[in-house]
Amino acid sequence: MTADAYEMVVGLEVHVQLKTTSKAFCGCSTDFGAAPNVNTCPICLALPGALPVLNEKAVELASRAALALGCTLNTVSIFARKNYFYPDLPKGYQISQFDRPLASDGSLRIDAGDGERAIGITRVHMEEDAGKSLHDRYPGATAIDLNRAGVPLIEIVSEPDMRSSAEAGAYLRTLRQILHYLRVSDVSMEEGSLRVDANVSARPRGQKELGTKTEVKNMNSFSGVERALDFEFARQRAILERGEKVSQQTLLWDAAKGEARVSRTKEGSHDYRYFPEPDLGPLVLDAAWISGIKAAIPELPAERKKRMAEEYKLSAEDIEQLTAHPALADYYESTARKSGDPKASANWVMGEVQATLNASGGSFDNLRVRPADLAQLIKLVSDGLVSHAAAKKIFSLMVETGKPAAQIAHDESLLQVGDDSALAGWIDEVLSEHPEEAARYLAGERKLQGVLVGFVMRKSGGKADPKRVNQLLMSRAGAG
Amino acid sequence: MNTADYAALSAVSLAARVGEGDLAPLDAVEASFARAAEAGAGADAMNLILWSDRDLAKRDAAGLARGMGIAGSGGRLAGVPIAVKDNIATLGLPTTCASKILAGYVSPYESTAITRLREEGAIVVAKTNMDEFAMGSSTENSAYGPARNPHDVRRVTGGSSGGSAGAVAAGITPLALGSETGGSVRQPAAFCGIVGVKPTYGRVSRYGLVAFASSLDQIGPMARNVDDAALATEIIAGMDPKDSTSSSVRVGSYRDQFLSLATSPAPLDGVTIGVPEEYFPENLDTDIRRLCERAIDAFKSLGAKVVDVSLPHTPLAIPVYYIVAPAEASSNLARFDGVRYGFRASGASTLRDLYAMTRSEGFGPEVTRRILLGTYVLSAGYYDAYYKKAQAVRALITRDFHQVFGQKVDALFTPTTPSPAFPIGAVTDPYEMYLSDIFTVTANLAGVPAISLPIGRSTGLPVGGQIMAGHFQEATMFRVAYALEAALGAEAHQ
Repeated sequence: MTADAYEMVVGLEVHVQLKTTSKAFCGCSTDFGAAPNVNTCPICLALPGALPVLNEKAVELASRAALALGCTLNTVSIFARKNYFYPDLPKGYQISQFDRPLASDGSLRIDAGDGERAIGITRVHMEEDAGKSLHDRYPGATAIDLNRAGVPLIEIVSEPDMRSSAEAGAYLRTLRQILHYLRVSDVSMEEGSLRVDANVSARPRGQKELGTKTEVKNMNSFSGVERALDFEFARQRAILERGEKVSQQTLLWDAAKGEARVSRTKEGSHDYRYFPEPDLGPLVLDAAWISGIKAAIPELPAERKKRMAEEYKLSAEDIEQLTAHPALADYYESTARKSGDPKASANWVMGEVQATLNASGGSFDNLRVRPADLAQLIKLVSDGLVSHAAAKKIFSLMVETGKPAAQIAHDESLLQVGDDSALAGWIDEVLSEHPEEAARYLAGERKLQGVLVGFVMRKSGGKADPKRVNQLLMSRAGAG
Repeated sequence: MNTADYAALSAVSLAARVGEGDLAPLDAVEASFARAAEAGAGADAMNLILWSDRDLAKRDAAGLARGMGIAGSGGRLAGVPIAVKDNIATLGLPTTCASKILAGYVSPYESTAITRLREEGAIVVAKTNMDEFAMGSSTENSAYGPARNPHDVRRVTGGSSGGSAGAVAAGITPLALGSETGGSVRQPAAFCGIVGVKPTYGRVSRYGLVAFASSLDQIGPMARNVDDAALATEIIAGMDPKDSTSSSVRVGSYRDQFLSLATSPAPLDGVTIGVPEEYFPENLDTDIRRLCERAIDAFKSLGAKVVDVSLPHTPLAIPVYYIVAPAEASSNLARFDGVRYGFRASGASTLRDLYAMTRSEGFGPEVTRRILLGTYVLSAGYYDAYYKKAQAVRALITRDFHQVFGQKVDALFTPTTPSPAFPIGAVTDPYEMYLSDIFTVTANLAGVPAISLPIGRSTGLPVGGQIMAGHFQEATMFRVAYALEAALGAEAHQ
């Protein structure tokens, strides 16, 4: 059989760390990067007698995410204990949700390349994170950092609706963008605030039943997920082609080697002995609260793209780029509204602003040029007070100094000269220095106008307003 | 103050004397330690107390005296020495649950119940012996040896709060805290001839109570009379934001209610007391039956209406309890893994060995048995047949109580235990031991409040009677108990 004779079937489990200031069941800080075990207390250290108390903010963020993914919020959901022993799991169980999750039955529309497709979301449930085992810190010993223990997570479980690694990639990118827009998470795979486990199986094309699946873990980027899926699909296909059976197991992706290996811990054989968490009552959400959460959902990427395309008359490519990140879109819209020039704003934001952010690796928080500042610069250009070349120089000085555009233009003598007497002086000099071109131009050879304007610009050190120079030249030629 | 005078003082009168400046907190503490020394001395050592620190208690007493000098008042328990079961977190003294696995462990934070008692002037003088992790009915399952009953040192105190019960009975403290999961306050209270309270589930914060079975556990006071027990309950009861299962139902003034009826000739007028047939089986100890009948006669003479009722699912309580409680325990005790605190076995070379060796060496046989039992009933393939079914039956047991209390019955009266205190070492079969809680586990499963108080003696040994009431009806429970106590008078100890 050819490669096309088999079809990949993928379902994804995405763990997302919620952006709360305190942990899911205690008041400890969720700050990333604190010294080991600083953000701990009797509750998240699982000291004898300590009890969990649910963080309402975590429920709010989880509910917002679930609603935005089209899920139904269950008015009653139950926390359950997932029991297993591991040194970075202080209680010996993780508080999670099992047979009655926070939300279920949603879907996510993705661009599948050949059109849009809806990927089913089975469920969204809340749980707490474990700590971290550090195996490389002390030789021959394992160190435990419990700062992360108890940080709130949601797990978003998809249906096995994806048929290629590209679709899985599109699902993840769309999901990340939505979660970003919702401001519920930092959704950074590098910092571990978004983690993906993939369930993948292969089946002969046209077959209805699902093949035996394997679970692939340990991917640390979206492209890693795509590569891992392609690798695992190829492995399963080869097994099926040999007439053998795929065995259900967990594999760990090794990005450096580009291969997935069977995990030594037998994940599939775990019996987590779930049972309802007796320290927490059922989570009951009333209708008024749910409608409050619904009302607070911000504009999502799809709606925003549509609106921005209509409002600013930009190309689809520009819209795509400007809406990649909600902060970028906010920055753009603010600039466009303040400057009244959507096209120029788009060019600036996609050009100089993006380049500045990329170069500093920083966020908008650290960018000293605020939308109002950029809008002022754009106006200086459109009013003819500053040339494009000067504007770029002004922008980089704005980034450096944080000073307003007009002040920099003045201090650096970058304002264009539109004063007729000064311009006439330069024109006189140019015409006398280039008598042959002057004579031909004045005799009607209009194509020399550009050359003469160039001479004037050079003479003025770039400060002459080219529009006015054009007009003055034309009036001398009697065409004014 | 001599120890005999001290041992005769109730918590209420001791606090009153301290409040009036008639007794220094320091003298009360010294008397308590002197009494403890008497109980602990010689071949008859009762082994009631695991940890105490005289200097710490004296410092607390001095602090209280200073505070009273400034504030004028020392609180409703000013200067009252209290003993605390070793599974309730206290600052300054170890909290080991009488287990090797927590040897030397001192909690860096304090339980809400203790904080509330301290705010009223109580002074913690001792952490008391118990069955390891509260698993047992005799205080023989202690890593530190069995506690002995002050009424007969060859016999058990009952358990699991045996050390607290014995400390109160022996006059070491007028008040103690125990904890209940299936009768662990009421049963030792009955065996030691004192009063023991199991409040409504959710009435007292569990924050700082080392969990055995979270859906059943409740801290309860132990005292020599109903008034002291009611006062302590009032103080420790109430919503605690640190315990999500604690209730916001208002805490009544239990004492005001029964004290206002103290001079009434018929203090139980209008009260209907149900006598459930399932608690009086044919083979019930004849003395216990006789003493219960005497108490029922007393209820009638106090103006109460007594009716026969049925709680038909009672026979299922022990099997249900021994599925639900071990299931939750198997999870609650997972944190004792040798990684962060407490005992860690030496010589482990793998993570698996670290867990297996630490837990095998750290836990005693009864705790191990229940962890295994609980792990089994939660396992895939058995969950539905055991845990899920047990929860369904538990709902039926709870419904029994709702139905009885819905039918104009205000309180139930039963024996607390099927027998008086048995000799140390006499009960070796675990199941036979489990049956000593047969009359008490139902209140835990249903979550209703219950109290045990002395109703007489059988061959010189104390016998307890139990009063149960509807959810959050502690006021009714205490009213009935107080009236019975007053009616029986000295007969309660005869």
